[in-house]
Amino acid sequence: MKKVFELRDLDCANCAAKMEDAISKIDGVQSASVSFFTQKMTIEADEGDFDKILKKAVKAISKIEPDCEVVLK
Amino acid sequence: MKLSFSKKQKKMLARIIAGVIIFAAGELIPFENIPYGSYIELAVFLGAYLAAGGGILLKAGKNILRGQIFDENFLMCIASLGAFFVGQYSEGVEVMIFFLVGELFESYAVEKSRRSISGLMDIRPDSANVIRDGNIVTVSPEEVKLGETIAVSPGERIPLDGVVTKGSSSADTSALTGESVPRDLSVGSEALSGCINQSGVIEIEVEKEYGQSTVARILELVENSASSKAKTENFITKFARYYTPAVCILALALAVIPSLITGQWSTWIYRALTFLVVSCPCALVISVPLGFFAGIGAASSKGILVKGSNYLEALSHAEVAVMDKTGTLTKGSFEVTEIKPEGISAEKLIEYAAYAEYFSSHPISVSLKKAYGREIDPSVISSSGETAGSGVNADIEGHTVCAGKAKYIENITGKACPKPEKPGTAVYVSRDGSYIGYVLISDEIKDDAKDAVSEMHRCGISKTVMLTGDSKEVGRYTAEKLGLDEVFAELLPDEKVSHVAELKKQTSEKGRLIYVGDGINDAPVLACADIGIAMGGLGSDAAIEAADIVIMDDKPSKIPAAIRIARRTLAIVTQNIVFSLGVKAVILILGALGIVGMQAAVFADVGVMVIAVLNSVRALKVK
Repeated sequence: MKKVFELRDLDCANCAAKMEDAISKIDGVQSASVSFFTQKMTIEADEGDFDKILKKAVKAISKIEPDCEVVLK
Repeated sequence: MKLSFSKKQKKMLARIIAGVIIFAAGELIPFENIPYGSYIELAVFLGAYLAAGGGILLKAGKNILRGQIFDENFLMCIASLGAFFVGQYSEGVEVMIFFLVGELFESYAVEKSRRSISGLMDIRPDSANVIRDGNIVTVSPEEVKLGETIAVSPGERIPLDGVVTKGSSSADTSALTGESVPRDLSVGSEALSGCINQSGVIEIEVEKEYGQSTVARILELVENSASSKAKTENFITKFARYYTPAVCILALALAVIPSLITGQWSTWIYRALTFLVVSCPCALVISVPLGFFAGIGAASSKGILVKGSNYLEALSHAEVAVMDKTGTLTKGSFEVTEIKPEGISAEKLIEYAAYAEYFSSHPISVSLKKAYGREIDPSVISSSGETAGSGVNADIEGHTVCAGKAKYIENITGKACPKPEKPGTAVYVSRDGSYIGYVLISDEIKDDAKDAVSEMHRCGISKTVMLTGDSKEVGRYTAEKLGLDEVFAELLPDEKVSHVAELKKQTSEKGRLIYVGDGINDAPVLACADIGIAMGGLGSDAAIEAADIVIMDDKPSKIPAAIRIARRTLAIVTQNIVFSLGVKAVILILGALGIVGMQAAVFADVGVMVIAVLNSVRALKVK
């Protein structure tokens, strides 16, 4: 399944690229993309692992840019 | 232009101003005449430095703790602190201030272009006025259920798809299609979400929930478009990952090796610091995705939805354009193009044909009745019958009238029917066993189809091909009229796929094949082509689903328009890459030779970024 999340205070394009790279490397992620311009993150992963993966993704993001917040719906 | 800064940006501006003021004071005070002048000088410049760059220092410190070494903030700090270390106080401060100015400008410009692009795509309805128990309740569009009635006032955006049940108005579809001519809305007509109601209050019975409505589907598509990245974008990301460490290693080498040989440590450390200043790939990392984003925005303002920058990139290499005929180049509605009576008047012939076909609902019968143009009085038809796939017969005012294919009429009259000179479907008519003429019906070519084809040739498509399930005559005639290079007719859907696969082999290595269809029955072909373009996406789920690029209205002239936007976007992106890398390379060389100092380097670096960002924003403007 594929889900899109809004990112708040994503301030640097280079960080977005780093986040994308980091999230893609999380186990179980089929594809990931972080767009600096639309301020959105797309993650494609198996439904069963999704919550676990999302948690890891949020952690990875805050490691790269601590001010950046993932809006969880 | 009104400047409006966010809280963060205001903070940055304050830091810059504070830094500049203290810095100016430091430049003006004649320290050499004051006791302990050199210490006071250092204190003043450090003050300026901390006022401006304190935040950056803090951020850099935090990033190191989290293991982010090659972070631009950190590198900038090293470079500027290094300047202090080698005694160039004012340069250290200048580097930091320029860097901040660059950051401020970047965040402002990016925020601004992001807003203007999202403004183009902003078709999201805020609320829906639903009528419940006679009262109008304002709710979010997601809460409206199927079958409920919503009221839309003039100036409001239609929030959900449905059918007009009360009132009449016109709808502005420009946000969806880029088309400025409004659509008429009256009772019974289909109202699409995302359009703006213009003149009157209308009530709409909701037929699709918000998630399935046109506006939600389009928004989803636009939002997802950022996740399919172009090769160029991925290349830049990869490049950035190696560029910064590489430049840092070079800087280290530059600081150590020549110094060991010459012993002039401070000279070479200073030169190495220049390297650090240009080690951030910001200009590229920002301007390249921004260029694509702006290109997609420009396309969507014209009613062309691109599902990702990779498709925009591929479209710029379009070489062969394959198009479906019916519904793409032609209107898909059949019109009477010729009336050829024999022995009676043209009016009488079309009247007989229309009456004979009265009970049939075949598209051809419908267009015959439309061409007749008058009300049909069914009471004069005393009996009627139909021979499936061949023709119809009816008794009209005491005459037996038959209408249908040549073979059917030839069997009745016993004589050969004349062959029409123009292509199309001929309906032959006989009265009481004798031939009285034919009515020719053909699919009309869209008004802008011919221009679209010549425009495609002009913007670099080397071959235009039409595929059709229609007869060879019709195919050849249409192709000739439109100026197409090749035509393949009488094709079944799977044969279209094999033709496209064959044509794909003929393209050059970089050249791409585009296939344009109306999304009906051609999903496999759309998938087989390098780029599948569906026309008439407004209201057609199948088209939106199957294609890579969706043209919201049904104008073929949008195809060359999309290609032009793609080419322009790619040109801008390429300019930015060449320009940014070129300037960086020059600065690295001049810096290593000691010709330019850190100020020049940081100025050039920030300047390049500004120019690249402004250049990218150009992709947003369409002619």
